[in-house]
Amino acid sequence: MRDTAAGATSATNATNATSGTSGTSGISGTNGTSAAAKIGPPLWLLAELTYRCPLHCVFCYNPLDFAQTQAAQELDTEGWLRVMRQGRELGAVQCGFSGGEPLLRDDLEVLVAEARRLGYYTNLLTSGVGLTPERGAALKAAGLDHVQLSFQDSTKEMNDFLSHTKTFDLKSRVAGTIRANGWPMVMNVVLHRMNIEHVDRIIEMAVNMGADYLELANTQYYAWALHNRDALLPTREQLQRAEATMVRWREKLGEKMRIFFVAPDYHDGKPKKCVNGWGSMFLTVTPDGTVLPCHTARMLPGLAFPNAREHSLREIWFDSEGFNRYRGTGWMKEPCSSCDQREVDLGGCRCQAWLLAQDPAAADPVCPKSPQHHQVQAAIERAERNAASTHEKDGVAQVVEHPLVFRDPAASRRLAPTRLL
Amino acid sequence: MTPESKPRIGPGFRLQWEAAQDCHVLLYPEGMVKLNGSAGHIMTRCDGIKPITEIVADLEAAFNTSGLQSEVLGFIDIAAGKRWLVDAGAGS
Repeated sequence: MRDTAAGATSATNATNATSGTSGTSGISGTNGTSAAAKIGPPLWLLAELTYRCPLHCVFCYNPLDFAQTQAAQELDTEGWLRVMRQGRELGAVQCGFSGGEPLLRDDLEVLVAEARRLGYYTNLLTSGVGLTPERGAALKAAGLDHVQLSFQDSTKEMNDFLSHTKTFDLKSRVAGTIRANGWPMVMNVVLHRMNIEHVDRIIEMAVNMGADYLELANTQYYAWALHNRDALLPTREQLQRAEATMVRWREKLGEKMRIFFVAPDYHDGKPKKCVNGWGSMFLTVTPDGTVLPCHTARMLPGLAFPNAREHSLREIWFDSEGFNRYRGTGWMKEPCSSCDQREVDLGGCRCQAWLLAQDPAAADPVCPKSPQHHQVQAAIERAERNAASTHEKDGVAQVVEHPLVFRDPAASRRLAPTRLL
Repeated sequence: MTPESKPRIGPGFRLQWEAAQDCHVLLYPEGMVKLNGSAGHIMTRCDGIKPITEIVADLEAAFNTSGLQSEVLGFIDIAAGKRWLVDAGAGS
């Protein structure tokens, strides 16, 4: 959630959905037990309607084994309606329709209409593929509040964009549909080594398309992005240049278009407060109805996450082991448990701890205090070395050494022939 | 804004009472601002029809007080800077 500051005149701007600075629950606790004792309501219901997607982004955070979830296993319309009602009863105010590509669900309009009727602020997170003027009108009639248009680039699509061909035309048309319906437009661009040099043009494009907000999200290395990390991780110098460019635009644009910059935690060495506090704000429901504290948490070993087909969201939010395990600070071990930053970053990301330190209760290895921090440093050093072996072609960086693995069902089945967990 | 301005909730924002938060909240793309009591009282009156002078008079009557104009204008200016409120203009 972008901004959850308490008090009307003291609102602060956080950077993105998963690194907000001021959650409304669990922040007043002075120790682990008090933070855990008072469980506030969720604020966000993220409905990942489907893993089906027309795109094949190399940085996708959907699980590597997404192809194990077939369309027939997706929650049906009635299942999603029940989830939305239960989430609203718990107090969630934001409902995000995500995926995969949520427009591939032909009941999207029905779901949006009910979400709006329930009092959610309704957000569609889309690549824009399938957002025709007709569908736009139907979603408007259903009461959709906002569209986040992600700029799903891969190397090929980045070329498209830079040469103003197919992708650019599609995005322009969709941006026009968004404006015509009076929706606020958030444009989301995931930054990585292959596009970070073009931040200036990306920002210019967002301005020209009439975006109200631009989210420049440095890639987070889970799932497909982790698999492709050596090709995606930018160099320190690239990041510094991109940030300086972003700051220049920010000063120039003022309130005209707000730019959020999702900090690169590998380079910053600052662990991010996982989903603004595990089980404090976010509730994600995956296509098959599994309920997670964050969209990647299913990978964590030794934790069973309940399914909304079998349990109510209330039971899951308050009573499930999956949601309680990493709430507050009581679960921490050293160096987190005695760290003066433990209430600030809550030990960072549990998935990153599992992926890099093979221990989901360890300190997030992006933290210099983590015994596994050398792994992050080694990845950055490889990025610096790889930069030397990368050459430019037609203005676009080409990675020659490590072939990218595109997120598609065939690659998913190859990497994960069975469900990983 | 001036005392004659007619503020209304900005496009893309939605004001509503949230029982779970026990306050008025302002919802916007992927975010929420919790409003304190006085901010809630002011913003619920910003309907794009009433000029600020009338909002002030309404608040002064509701709370049996006077001299609220500068405080209300101050808040509305801050809110307008954040695009929570826009001036519906003289014509509407």
